[in-house]
Amino acid sequence: MKMKTSYCASLTLLASLLTGTAFFAGCSDSGSSATQASSQNKGSAAERTYVAPGEKDEYYLFYSGGHSGQVFVAGLPSMRHLITIPVFAPSPGTGYGFDDESREMLGDFTWGDVHHPGLSKTDGMYDGRWLFVNDNANNRVARIDLRDFKTKQILGPIPNSSGNHGSSFVTENSEYLLVGTRFSVPLPMGRFAPVEDYADEFNGMVSGLKVDPESGDLSVGWQIITPPFNWDLGSTGKGPSSGWAFWTSYNTEMAHTKLEANASQRDRDYAAFVNWRAAEAAVKDGKADMLDGVPVIDPAKVPGVLYYVPIGKSPHGIDVDPSGRWIAASGKLQPTTTVFDFEKVQAAIDNKEFQAEFRGVPVLNYDVIVEGEVPVGLGPLHTQYDGKGNAYTSLYIESAVAKWKLPPWTDAEKANLEFTVLDKIGVHYNIGHLVIGGSDTRAPYGDWLVAMNKLSKGRHLSVGPSQPESSQLIDITGRKMEMVYESFTDPEPHFAQILKADMIQPIEVYPKAESNNPNAVWSLSDATYTREPGKVTAKVAAVRSQFGPDKITAEVGDTVVLHITNVEQTTDIIHGFAISGYDLNVIIDPGETKSVTFKADKVGVFPFYCTNFCSALHQEMQGYLEVKPASVTTASVD
Amino acid sequence: MHQTQNSHDSSLPWWRREARFLDRPLTPLSRFFLLLVALCFVVSAFLPLWRITLIAPQYQEGLRVNIYSYKLEGGGLDGQDLFEINNLNHYIGMRPLVQSDFVEMKWMPFALGLFAMIALRAAVHGRMSHVIDLFALFTYFGLFSVGLFYYRLYTYGHELDPTAPITMEPFTPMLVGKNQIANFTQYSFPLIGGVLMMTIPVLIVAAFWFSRKRHVDSL
Repeated sequence: MKMKTSYCASLTLLASLLTGTAFFAGCSDSGSSATQASSQNKGSAAERTYVAPGEKDEYYLFYSGGHSGQVFVAGLPSMRHLITIPVFAPSPGTGYGFDDESREMLGDFTWGDVHHPGLSKTDGMYDGRWLFVNDNANNRVARIDLRDFKTKQILGPIPNSSGNHGSSFVTENSEYLLVGTRFSVPLPMGRFAPVEDYADEFNGMVSGLKVDPESGDLSVGWQIITPPFNWDLGSTGKGPSSGWAFWTSYNTEMAHTKLEANASQRDRDYAAFVNWRAAEAAVKDGKADMLDGVPVIDPAKVPGVLYYVPIGKSPHGIDVDPSGRWIAASGKLQPTTTVFDFEKVQAAIDNKEFQAEFRGVPVLNYDVIVEGEVPVGLGPLHTQYDGKGNAYTSLYIESAVAKWKLPPWTDAEKANLEFTVLDKIGVHYNIGHLVIGGSDTRAPYGDWLVAMNKLSKGRHLSVGPSQPESSQLIDITGRKMEMVYESFTDPEPHFAQILKADMIQPIEVYPKAESNNPNAVWSLSDATYTREPGKVTAKVAAVRSQFGPDKITAEVGDTVVLHITNVEQTTDIIHGFAISGYDLNVIIDPGETKSVTFKADKVGVFPFYCTNFCSALHQEMQGYLEVKPASVTTASVD
Repeated sequence: MHQTQNSHDSSLPWWRREARFLDRPLTPLSRFFLLLVALCFVVSAFLPLWRITLIAPQYQEGLRVNIYSYKLEGGGLDGQDLFEINNLNHYIGMRPLVQSDFVEMKWMPFALGLFAMIALRAAVHGRMSHVIDLFALFTYFGLFSVGLFYYRLYTYGHELDPTAPITMEPFTPMLVGKNQIANFTQYSFPLIGGVLMMTIPVLIVAAFWFSRKRHVDSL
């Protein structure tokens, strides 16, 4: 189609100009504008979950990746996997764990066990700034910045904390991130005591990591030393429970062997109800002792910081409802979810209604704080809320989700709490966590529920003995829950967070103007490499479809430091820098500079090339690392 | 020749009589148009004159270059589009578009200022000869600029590095309109400054038109 060009026949001043004829494009995907999939107009399950090509999902789903050590990102309602954010394990696909910075963050660990992602909050609502995740295995937490979806900090191993399972739950203004020790050990860590002396020599710890309100940087704020219970899951307060943190425990028996039976003897284990504002004040007032460099509070010496609450039986999840008044905790070994009224908890504390004391810490009188035990079904684990007065509890043994009504209950309901159980839906199979977007905020989204199941057997094409995990999407907008979709992931999502997509506007290139890396080079002509005895330093520019310099010469034994800048400022023009035979693959996003240091310990010529497909001449984007034999002068010096 | 009816000029030779036309004073309306012309020159010195847009499957959001009298400005964040266009053009061996190569961007604002002053002079002195001067000079300037523009397009599209990765038939990008070049659709259209520039000759002609009979009435 040719357009008429004659309309400007009149005398016209044309500033001289010209066009660039762009010929080859890079490998970016077409960025067609998108409309959001409608989940409001209920159609068939397929219609409700279908997100057409080029369209975008309405929500982000951030799954924990379990012992993969990573975080999976999917879209809702399509359940399409979008990307995996590497956190605790190297990832050659994104070059994580190969460059100096990420290698230093990972330290000596090559994996982690991510369980509970927690979104940062302001005023009890998600603010879209950070996603925090815990490492159950190596006692760490990490912060992912949602501006670029990159891991920015790994804190840990956290002192005095072995097995950080009860994490990373965020307080209502992101003041603190909860940490709880699943495994008790002799403290300080590294001290030996026989396992037989478990009850006396071992200790657990519940902690709050302080979150810097500007940078998000994490540091230990306070720790509270406890008996060697196994702290399990946590949640944070708001509204009437503002300033409080909660953890369940199993093994109040303090058994050290055959826990399956020995930790299941008592009908009720203790939850920790922690007044974190009091803990914060105690540290400030110097009432904490330093242990392994961090302030540790002995709750027997600082009253008002910690209370125990009995919960039956072998409880797992403890979840505060959007109002902050109701706390649901589920005992794996009893078919009920226990609902506490925090207003009654506060009154019991004020009136000192304690039923016992355990090592100097009061145990609240169960009967005066409990609102009811809802008979949800077998193996209840976790509870989420839709913000419309309903709670949804996962039933591991029954392989189902129960929907039930939160208090206040009618007299008839109180007389028979079975009336509060409104619906139940089977899931496939053996659900662990479940998530409703915003359940831990003041205003849940309340439209989708994702069930994260532990067994997927028979639900997918067979892939051999290593099985994927199944996640199922349930529509909760109606009176009855409705299963609409399922998808499969690598092992193994535990908990997840859902965030409305319009809450964040991630950057897609690192703006050149923001770069303050002194080793960045922004054009091929600025690229350099220099050698001094024992060390080669190269400032490498990567641009479609060249590296500058494309020959780097070293002598065997040299330390090679490469600072590689991807000078592109175009979305999805990502370059890689891999050296054959040197086990190295750095991936550099547009506008990013990454550094990598390695020893040239093999003589020879080693090709390097761009690993991330970038352009039509991507294959040609290569060069050579020459590693010469040691020169005579160097040899004589040796 | 209508001038022959003016009997008191009849003693003059015909070529002197014809020249009297140039001394003709301008009507207030014509002067107003000339003021507008001056304003157009001044304003368009600051506004973008022209835009070239490139759209491809991978660049549905488009790559843009805005052309001012004194600068080249890439679209996107921090003028990224110009960088991107140059990056892509290197594959076919086209010289990068660099502002410093465009010497006309150094004298163009000066020329526009000069034209504004010539237009002001015409508006104040108010003689037909000034309108003719302005028109003639502007015609020259305009034709020269269009020619230069075309020459730029031609040379960038024809002086391709023979060692470039991709060998391409030399071409001339579109001056005005829409054109397909490989995977890119090129659009080349005036922006506000360019539209003002096109308005100028219309205003000059209008200034001429509304003073064409003045001579008869006043003398």
